[in-house]
Amino acid sequence: MSKLAFEALSQQAVVGAGVLYFLAFLAQLAGRRVAQPAADGPSVLANLGVTMLPMAALVHLGALVTRGLAAEPVRVPWGNMYEFTLTATFAVVATYLATMRRWSLRWMAPWVTGFAIVVLMADSLWLYEGVTPLRDALQSPWLVIHVVAAIIATGAFVLGGMASGLYLLKERWPDRFTKVPTLEVLDQLAYRMHAFGFPVWTFAALITGPIWAHQAWGSAWNWDPKEVWAFVTWVGYAAYLHARATAGWKGSRAAVVALVALATLIFNFVGINFFFGSGSMHSYAQGLVEHLVLRSPV
Amino acid sequence: MSNTTPALSAAELLRWAWRQLTSMRTALMLLLLLAIAAVPGSVVPQEAINASALANWQDAHPKLTPIYVKIGLFHVYSSVWFGAVYVLLMISLVGCILPRCAVYWRALKLPPPATPKHLSRLPEHAKFSVEASTDEVLARAKAALKSYRIAEFDNSLGAQRGHLREAGNLVFHLSILIVLGGFAFGSLFGFKGGVVVVTGDGFSNAITQYDDFAPGPMFKPTDLEPFNFKLQKFNVEFITKGRSFGAARNFWADLAIVDKPGATPRVERLAVNHPLSVGSTDIFLIGHGYAPHITVRDGNGDIAYSGPSVFLPEGTDFRSFGVVKVPDAKPTQLGFEGEFYPTYAFTPERGAFTVFPDALDPAMSLLSYQGDLGLDDGRPQSVYVLDKSAMKPILKADGKPARLDLHPNDTVKLPDGLGTVTFDGLSRFVKLQISRTPGNWVALLGTIIGLIGLMGSLFVRPRRVWVRVQPDAETGHTLVEVGGLDRSSVSDLATEVDRIADALGREHT
Repeated sequence: MSKLAFEALSQQAVVGAGVLYFLAFLAQLAGRRVAQPAADGPSVLANLGVTMLPMAALVHLGALVTRGLAAEPVRVPWGNMYEFTLTATFAVVATYLATMRRWSLRWMAPWVTGFAIVVLMADSLWLYEGVTPLRDALQSPWLVIHVVAAIIATGAFVLGGMASGLYLLKERWPDRFTKVPTLEVLDQLAYRMHAFGFPVWTFAALITGPIWAHQAWGSAWNWDPKEVWAFVTWVGYAAYLHARATAGWKGSRAAVVALVALATLIFNFVGINFFFGSGSMHSYAQGLVEHLVLRSPV
Repeated sequence: MSNTTPALSAAELLRWAWRQLTSMRTALMLLLLLAIAAVPGSVVPQEAINASALANWQDAHPKLTPIYVKIGLFHVYSSVWFGAVYVLLMISLVGCILPRCAVYWRALKLPPPATPKHLSRLPEHAKFSVEASTDEVLARAKAALKSYRIAEFDNSLGAQRGHLREAGNLVFHLSILIVLGGFAFGSLFGFKGGVVVVTGDGFSNAITQYDDFAPGPMFKPTDLEPFNFKLQKFNVEFITKGRSFGAARNFWADLAIVDKPGATPRVERLAVNHPLSVGSTDIFLIGHGYAPHITVRDGNGDIAYSGPSVFLPEGTDFRSFGVVKVPDAKPTQLGFEGEFYPTYAFTPERGAFTVFPDALDPAMSLLSYQGDLGLDDGRPQSVYVLDKSAMKPILKADGKPARLDLHPNDTVKLPDGLGTVTFDGLSRFVKLQISRTPGNWVALLGTIIGLIGLMGSLFVRPRRVWVRVQPDAETGHTLVEVGGLDRSSVSDLATEVDRIADALGREHT
């Protein structure tokens, strides 16, 4: 198969995954509307909605693999914003599927599916880029380790953020969110996700990041905008973990801290590339060379 | 404080302040403050990070600049207020952690506490009756609580586990100090220097050879390792299609390194992501550009200047700016400044520009000056800037400035018999960073220890369980009570108490 065919296949898989997510979403919503037969557990439609989710995720994974195969030479699909976003969305769904049974998260399916649909659409509409070879600074085994960790942590943080957000909504309007579990359960879920994400984020941002930065840029920590915001996010989640253990900050205030931390994470993911463009060494929309060049003595 | 409270003595005030500073609430506020304080440095260009972006910004904001200078917004991460936040946070951390270390140390030696009177008041509790004897139930309990530390009492036993949670917590917080210590050590004793080397040229590791050199406060020049190298070859490829069109990839340099005087040279390849180490000094490839060879003959026909001149790239398209100073020219000193275009193009609207960063059709366009270069008055001068205060443009017969447009092997005559300029050929240069950061591995070790500690503090579940047995005189059975207490944030205590109750012989009815 030619490289172009792989690229086209990857795009078709993204569309396919989007359609499957959408159908799953409809089934999940319909399943909630249909009166549930007592003691029979979730309705057929709701079941269908949850069963379709792994299928959609599989097609989504296919889109990632073919995207990597479309590059010359074959590489991991993390060369630009479009590919990062595609992978991060997959990580959210995969983390959800991995923990669904264990932490009884079936109720969360429409939220996760809806998130996947919205982000995939935005990614395809606004961030699409053709397949290009990796820049030199990205050609490193650390790309795999650093980015995998960052993306897994992002997936956990997004799910944790959903739980924290729902916590606040449910606290404000207890009667509205009847399908959502109790505040206590939401709080525990948020903590679990954040407690899982935090060490992974630490590994990505404060261990592998500096090691790679030292190799690629000659300095472990440069206070580059991306690094600053990764640090801000880290401090934000550290504050969340402390807030949860501090009287007066438990519950809703901790949830707010978690959401602020998530906002800094998303800003770092999306905003930096657009707002600080050429200023950040992580801005792969602009190019590393420019930065290298700008550092020359004048 | 109410009015009746007597004034605090100095010692009491100090103690009060210390307690406030080391409280969790203060630590939390300081953490949030640190996050907020870090933000401006990502918005405002920082001098230490991107000096030229800063210069552009300051040109564009003449009113804000003096205010920003005053509050240190161009040096956020070395500013007083940023330092104040993290120093306070560190003090708060130490003040919080050290006492907790002592508490932990004492607690480690203590056996599990005595069984509470009312086990039914614990968060998880089970009460049931079994046929087995009290001794047998206690024996079963010991088997079921294998992973716990157990203390036996009369008719009951206490068990606890998960000590490592607090240990992990303490280790994590202490590791932050190790990481900061490592970085501090590196910046105190290390150095960071930059140098531009043209292919074919060499470098030997002495302060005078660096273009810019930033030593740490405790750095000694004798710390420089006596190596030298020659830049044998440099390669770069540019992406020719797609949105990354024109981006450089696959650039590397071959260095012939002599580790110390007299050693045989070893050739090593230096690339992005592949720094070279000589002893404990690291060499990084951080940039590259063009160095056109220029020969200037003066009015007498003598060669007054010949060699490669470094032209600094101005953007990703590698349009580059450079300066040539010819102090030896007769009758007057000559100076040139202008631009280099790797792949020359010209349209009347845009003027001269480059369509591609690779040197496919290189060309230079220089303006020429005569007069005094200002090199003799002792003031240090940048090699990349032409001091035109005592120089005047060389004019053509029609009174316009003489602009020299040169392709390789072109020679252009200056007006009034001032001489000729020849574009002989093209070399590339690399910009290298050479640095030593001796504390790096300490910091790395600190982060790894910290991560391990963090996992302990998040995933180890400290828990206490008590089992009490009581013979039931009426039935001859044993009444068993199990109670559990959990200090972790996510609890499966109920499951654990159920497990123990079942192991003790509870029957489900």
